[in-house]
Amino acid sequence: MNLKIPIISTTIAVTSGLAVLLLYFSPLLIANVDWRTVLLQWATSLGAVALLVGLINLASVHSRRLDDEGPFPVNSLVLMLAMIITFIVVLVFGPTSVGAMFILNYIQIPVETSLIAILAVTLIYASARLVRRKIDTFSIVFLSTGLVILLTTSPLVTDLFPIVGERLQALRAWFTSVPASGGARGILLGIALGTIATGIRILMGADRPYGG
Amino acid sequence: MNFSENSEFLAVLVVAGFFLLIVIFAVLGRTRTTWGLRSIPAFSRLSRAVGLAVEAGSRLHVSIGHGNLTSPGSAASFVGLSMLARIARTASISDQPPIASAGDGALAILAQDTLRAGYREVGAGEDYNPDLGRITGLTPISFAAGAMSIIEEENVSGNILSGHFGMEAALILEANERSGGFSLSGTDHIPTQAIMFTASQEALIGEELYAGGAYLRAGLMHTASLQAQDVVRWILVALILAGGIWKMLQGFF
Repeated sequence: MNLKIPIISTTIAVTSGLAVLLLYFSPLLIANVDWRTVLLQWATSLGAVALLVGLINLASVHSRRLDDEGPFPVNSLVLMLAMIITFIVVLVFGPTSVGAMFILNYIQIPVETSLIAILAVTLIYASARLVRRKIDTFSIVFLSTGLVILLTTSPLVTDLFPIVGERLQALRAWFTSVPASGGARGILLGIALGTIATGIRILMGADRPYGG
Repeated sequence: MNFSENSEFLAVLVVAGFFLLIVIFAVLGRTRTTWGLRSIPAFSRLSRAVGLAVEAGSRLHVSIGHGNLTSPGSAASFVGLSMLARIARTASISDQPPIASAGDGALAILAQDTLRAGYREVGAGEDYNPDLGRITGLTPISFAAGAMSIIEEENVSGNILSGHFGMEAALILEANERSGGFSLSGTDHIPTQAIMFTASQEALIGEELYAGGAYLRAGLMHTASLQAQDVVRWILVALILAGGIWKMLQGFF
């Protein structure tokens, strides 16, 4: 039985992948229905079911941690309480009710915004650590480019020292339109080729990220 | 023929060409023992980190991001799953098996499935624990917060980030830095690559991420597809240069 599962899952994955690819190049309209869109909609619906399974998994992990011995998992308690309260509010009053919007606007968004604010400090600290960790050509080019962009973006530098500021701004324009843009295109090409190669491996059944 | 008006024909050509090249390199590679891949220090350090984690009784955390399965960003997560599969095969026999986090329901299920397959392959299927693959949050920031909690609370000595990430990757990497662990990261999102270059000990830039399977010896097809990628890249470089020269010459005459 163990042997059959990979064969079934591989067949389903390869067949549906090939079908979507072929329908992309040659749309099939039967009874005025675009079958590629239909297949993608099925995948989206399955994704929603997977989300529900994921949430159940998240709840089970944290409820088990509450039962475990050792230091009391405060994070798990907060998560479980938040999950239960949100679930009840949305189930009883609806997803666009005052209660649900209150949770979103006054709890979730502020908490996430505060983490984004921490992100700015984190990045500055990480840049300083980069100097300490690896000083090589790439790091120096990376940091000096970042510094030039920051300096020329700040009106303080360009207004206080207009002559230097103008030159720095010209340097920034050159940086962003020539090396940065060229480098980004090169990286994008690499990513695109990698994405195609990964897709083809999956279509060939050589790469099975579904554990088959 | 005007190629710009026949993009679908061009796409078929690229996909078919890629497919053929992969098959050719796979057939040629069956008898080869060495591959002559250029050295990417990040992967050597990863292999070392896996060994050290097993020896030290700590665990590795593989985060496969929050990409959607129906978006192109899923390819980066699939590479993360390939890495997870390789790591699971090596480290699942240890007291502290690897743990995987995702920000998407389908990816979390795939991570569980990959870990289960890893356990089965080393003959320890009964030891598999589904809690090892989990969804940590549904928005990018909540996903990062959940991943940070794993790093801080679950004896993690190394973090591998491979998938679709945004700015929130910096928070996960910062948590790793505080715990003093090893970090390797790669993504398909260009601004995040810059963040990873700064905040991660080892960053995979551009196509290096997609070479993960080949460097971790995930199979012949991974190496063959890497070689196909190289060939197509050189063809594209030649075409871009030829196009530039052609345009320049048109300016002269």
